[in-house]
Amino acid sequence: MAGTISHFHKPPERKQISVGEPRAVRWLLIAIALLFLGLVLVVPLVAVFTEALRKGWVAYGQALIEPDALSAIRLTLIAASIAVPLNLIFGLSASWAITKFQFRGKNLLLTLIDLPFAVSPVISGLIYVLMFGMQGWLGPWLQEHDIKIVFAVPGIVLATLFVTFPFVARELIPLMQAQGSDEEESAIVLGASGWQTFRKVTLPNIKWGLLYGIILCNARAMGEFGAVSVVSGHIRGLTNTMPLHVEILYNEYNFVAAFAVASLLALLALLTLVLKNIVEWQTNRNLHSEPLIEPPENRP
Amino acid sequence: MSSSQKSNVLPGFGLSLGFTIFYLSLVVLIPLSAVFIKTATLSWAEFWETVTTPRVIQSYKLSFGASALSALINGLFGFIVSWVLVRYRFPGKKIIDAIVDLPFALPTAVAGIALTAVYSKNGWIGSLIEPLGIKVAFTRLGVLLALTFIGLPFVVRTIQPVLEDLEIEFEEAAASLGASRWQTIRKIIFPAVFPALLTGVAMSFARALGEYGSVVFISGNMPMKTEITPLLIITKLEQYDTAGATAIAVVMLVSSFSLLLLINLLQAWRARR
Repeated sequence: MAGTISHFHKPPERKQISVGEPRAVRWLLIAIALLFLGLVLVVPLVAVFTEALRKGWVAYGQALIEPDALSAIRLTLIAASIAVPLNLIFGLSASWAITKFQFRGKNLLLTLIDLPFAVSPVISGLIYVLMFGMQGWLGPWLQEHDIKIVFAVPGIVLATLFVTFPFVARELIPLMQAQGSDEEESAIVLGASGWQTFRKVTLPNIKWGLLYGIILCNARAMGEFGAVSVVSGHIRGLTNTMPLHVEILYNEYNFVAAFAVASLLALLALLTLVLKNIVEWQTNRNLHSEPLIEPPENRP
Repeated sequence: MSSSQKSNVLPGFGLSLGFTIFYLSLVVLIPLSAVFIKTATLSWAEFWETVTTPRVIQSYKLSFGASALSALINGLFGFIVSWVLVRYRFPGKKIIDAIVDLPFALPTAVAGIALTAVYSKNGWIGSLIEPLGIKVAFTRLGVLLALTFIGLPFVVRTIQPVLEDLEIEFEEAAASLGASRWQTIRKIIFPAVFPALLTGVAMSFARALGEYGSVVFISGNMPMKTEITPLLIITKLEQYDTAGATAIAVVMLVSSFSLLLLINLLQAWRARR
């Protein structure tokens, strides 16, 4: 009965205009946003690829298989493959300590973990020159023992380690904070060992956030320029990473080759964005499927 | 926020905290302290002289000025972009939303040469605007452009979640009580978003202040004109003036840490509201 009544006395439709802007304003704002993003982000991104292909695919390919380019790619991969796993272990360890336990000075620790984000990349390189350079603390000792850190591969790895330091921890801490530690506590009480609990309970819960942290950490590790530039010494074929190789080629007016190497880094960036969206989509899906598994009132 | 309660059951506190502090000290704290210890070898007068020469002062003016301006530009356009992304529907919105993160993912050197290519005399946009008398590449405007590029996602990604959480009922109530749309925006939406906007602008400013990679390509690096402070640190290092480079680095570090403190305070203020 109620249905039929309300059918005849249909409440007035909620007026769209009451909480929206006029059509013209709406499209004007969209146009401004798109124009701004287009001029600042999209056009430069497209330019990377068109400049790289300006002289055709053959020139593009040749720029990439040239020995100096290959050694730059190799060094970039080496630096990332050392820095990312180390910062991953750190990220897991830091987020476990911070989110599962209460202790004094936690806020200070959180701020200290963020420090590398606040430091200029140039200074991130400078600090290793001050420690290991010729006039640095350990410089004379290192020279005596014929160990090269600055202007060599170890310096590049250290600088990369510094600039990518917070990424995994920053991604995991809020996630694990939100999840709490009830599940881990139950596992322990039921007799699981600490390691088992971490592997079987914690890791599955944080896998998407962890993956996202690794992706971001890797993108920065492979793309870092300022910090690496200070410690590298720019020795072609030896201490050049991909971004540094781009700079050298660009300064030699070898634009096609510079943009060819840059296009690889741009592809990496696009891949990073795609993976990020897949991860976010997965996280949302997990979030939305949650009420099917457990009653909604148990959700935080 | 009551998620992390005291728990005695979980193992690994000593190991995880111990390793965290050890690794933090080794990778971050000890190397960073080198900057301050190295500066201590200079007398106060020497330090002051190094960090206040006219060329250095000019670089501060450019670095701080362009960073502040780029943060404000990002505040304005970042607000419009987030508004459009949260409230309106239009074709390609998902892709636009994803592309906002590009400056996070794109290496700064690539951004630098790409912006230079597009905005130089022969570039797609440069060739259009240079006849109008607007020079971007190799001018201060170029520095501003590069800093705007790298700072944009900080503003958008800080405001966006706040706009998404904004209850539309308040706006409906305001409208039904006779408020004009402009009044609703000014009195209801803007105050709710303002703390996030301020945080995003401060983050964008902090990021711009230290930026090096994207700027060096587009600025032309002319002393006293388009030379940013991080570049000056590198110049000093290349001249084997480690002490000079370190002194300027201390000024930059103190500014960055003050900004970090400010951002933390802003976030604490937002959490309380």
